Amino acid sequence: MAGEPVPDQREAVVSVKEAAMRYGHRTVFKDVTFDVRRGEIFVILGGSGCGKSTLLKLLIGLMPPSAGDITVLDGDWAKLQGDAKRRLLTRIGVMWQSGALLGSLTLAENVELPIEAHTRLPAAARALVASAKLGLVGLGDAAERLPAEISGGMVKRAGIARAMALDPEILFLDEPSAGLDPITSAGLDLLIMSLARETGTTFVVVTHELQSILAIGDRCIMLDKDAQGMIAEGDPKKLRDESEHPTVRAFFRREAM
Amino acid sequence: MPSDQFQAEAEAGRLCLRFSGPLDSTIAAARWEETHQAAKGAEAITLDARGVTALDSGGAALLVSLAGADAEWQEPEDATARGALDRFRKGVGTVKPPSQHRRKLRPIAALGSLTLDLFRRFLERLGFLGETVLTGLRLVPRPWRLRWAEVLRHLDEAGTQAFPLCILLGTLIGVILAFQSSVPMRQFGAEIFIPQLVGISLTRELGPLLAGVILAGRTGSAYAAEIGTMRVNEEVDALKTMGLDPMAWLVIPRILASTLVMPALAMVMNVTGLIGMSIVMAMLGFPPVAVLNQLQQWLSVEDLAGGLVKAAVFGLAIGYVGCRSGLSAGRGPRAVGDAATGAVVGGIVSLVLLDGVFAILFFRLGW
Ligand SMILES: Nc1ncnc2c1ncn2[C@@H]1O[C@H](COP(=O)(O)OP(=O)(O)OP(=O)(O)O)[C@@H](O)[C@H]1O
Ligand SMILES: [Mg+2]
Repeated sequence: MAGEPVPDQREAVVSVKEAAMRYGHRTVFKDVTFDVRRGEIFVILGGSGCGKSTLLKLLIGLMPPSAGDITVLDGDWAKLQGDAKRRLLTRIGVMWQSGALLGSLTLAENVELPIEAHTRLPAAARALVASAKLGLVGLGDAAERLPAEISGGMVKRAGIARAMALDPEILFLDEPSAGLDPITSAGLDLLIMSLARETGTTFVVVTHELQSILAIGDRCIMLDKDAQGMIAEGDPKKLRDESEHPTVRAFFRREAM
Repeated sequence: MPSDQFQAEAEAGRLCLRFSGPLDSTIAAARWEETHQAAKGAEAITLDARGVTALDSGGAALLVSLAGADAEWQEPEDATARGALDRFRKGVGTVKPPSQHRRKLRPIAALGSLTLDLFRRFLERLGFLGETVLTGLRLVPRPWRLRWAEVLRHLDEAGTQAFPLCILLGTLIGVILAFQSSVPMRQFGAEIFIPQLVGISLTRELGPLLAGVILAGRTGSAYAAEIGTMRVNEEVDALKTMGLDPMAWLVIPRILASTLVMPALAMVMNVTGLIGMSIVMAMLGFPPVAVLNQLQQWLSVEDLAGGLVKAAVFGLAIGYVGCRSGLSAGRGPRAVGDAATGAVVGGIVSLVLLDGVFAILFFRLGW
């Protein structure tokens, strides 16, 4: 293990300051503060229902936090409007927990959708990009199928392909490997790592997969439902070996509490 | 057309396409036509991408589409660009070429499959009808098997909550009918017969029919959407695997509710329609007593009862069509919309058809 932690010099592409979220009177989390740096694979951990998907929705500007500031690629969602917001949206990609493919379009058309909306590439180019993205997630032979005709794991992968359509700088993935077999899931981990290392794409990944967290995660935060906020932050391997927090320990050892 | 980013040179029978500098989607889109024009007709292509410094998916798409299957590649010297190109080619490489027959239109085969499809749908409907009747009959000796709470909920949703709408429409229809008929009736000095005209057309025809249209639009579509969504979410399959019959669980309570609720809705239409008519009559100078007298004299219990029976049968048909539409919904989000549309259209069509059947029946019976 490395000795002294070297302060990270890379710029922060996502920065969250004291964010809180309430639905009605129920607080999901509060005082969440962290930075994600360029090129890093950042993992959001936590038990079911602790607010991971909610946090992700705040990060991608889908809803405003009840309190606190969220900045993505130097843009503050709350202050952006119109074209500026659209431009920022083309620089991020999102994969939804449920896939969220449009049911009336084939997988290829789903991937082409953002390309069509945001570039002037001709149809042949769009089709080629869609093939490449679908091929990368192992769906090369399902491009012409409708979302209703493919399995749950395939929906996930198609969602990732669509999120990558515009070569975004940050990819937000909500449980990418849930519902995938270990081989496909490991392939996905490799893809994420190669994209991060080679193209400098930043990843913000929500996942429960212990192996995946340890394999790809550069840094992580852990949310907790009872604590209504963050209970740990750092390198997942270190947290596994060194954390004193009972929930964190239980999580990494797969123990019931 | 030489330029800083793109050059095409013919050398020894090969066409050499040379790219340099950053190549992103914007540039690729702008140069797509030009580069493809240059590459057209070339026998062998060398793709020289050594000078490319940055590459995104759009740029890679341009290179790969120019290269075709058997070009000679000269890879980018920049490692990041080379990686992006490699990844792109790897992705495209795993893609099977799309089958072409999907697009072809074959009229005879299409006609055949349409006929088969219609026949299959007819059989399906027949099967569904049989299943519904059987399940209904099986429940008669064991009424406690039915989920009565569910029936009550549907009675409330299809009935009580539809009352305001029925009251509004009923009154308006009464007013409109009375007002419209007053014009020709006045020419003969026969305005006093307006209550009879409106009363009979309301109780025998319009009351049940309009209540049916309301039920088809409000409740039939809701049944279809609700059950259709459950099907799409595999909830119906889950019910089956738990050993619960979706027929008894989902369909029968709804059909029962819609059947029971329709006479009440029709009655509301009738009463409010007559009230609306009385208002117009009062405006024409006939006191309520005169109107009531007329109604008493000319409106028989048979008229009313016949209309209410008709209403119940309409309710049965609309509930049935709605549930069937929902249960036979396909997969995917569009299926729910299709099911709801099918329920409303099918409900109204069956309403009118049944009305015709009743007209003949009542005529034969001399009602
Ligand atoms: N739209 C909403 N309205 C009210 N409460 C909500 C809403 N969305 C989520 N919640 C609540 O917020 C909490 C966090 O939900 P969230 O979906 O973020 O959990 P999660 O960590 O993603 O869980 P999982 O791992 O199961 O996906 C949950 O308790 C949930 O009930
Ligand atoms: Mg979630």
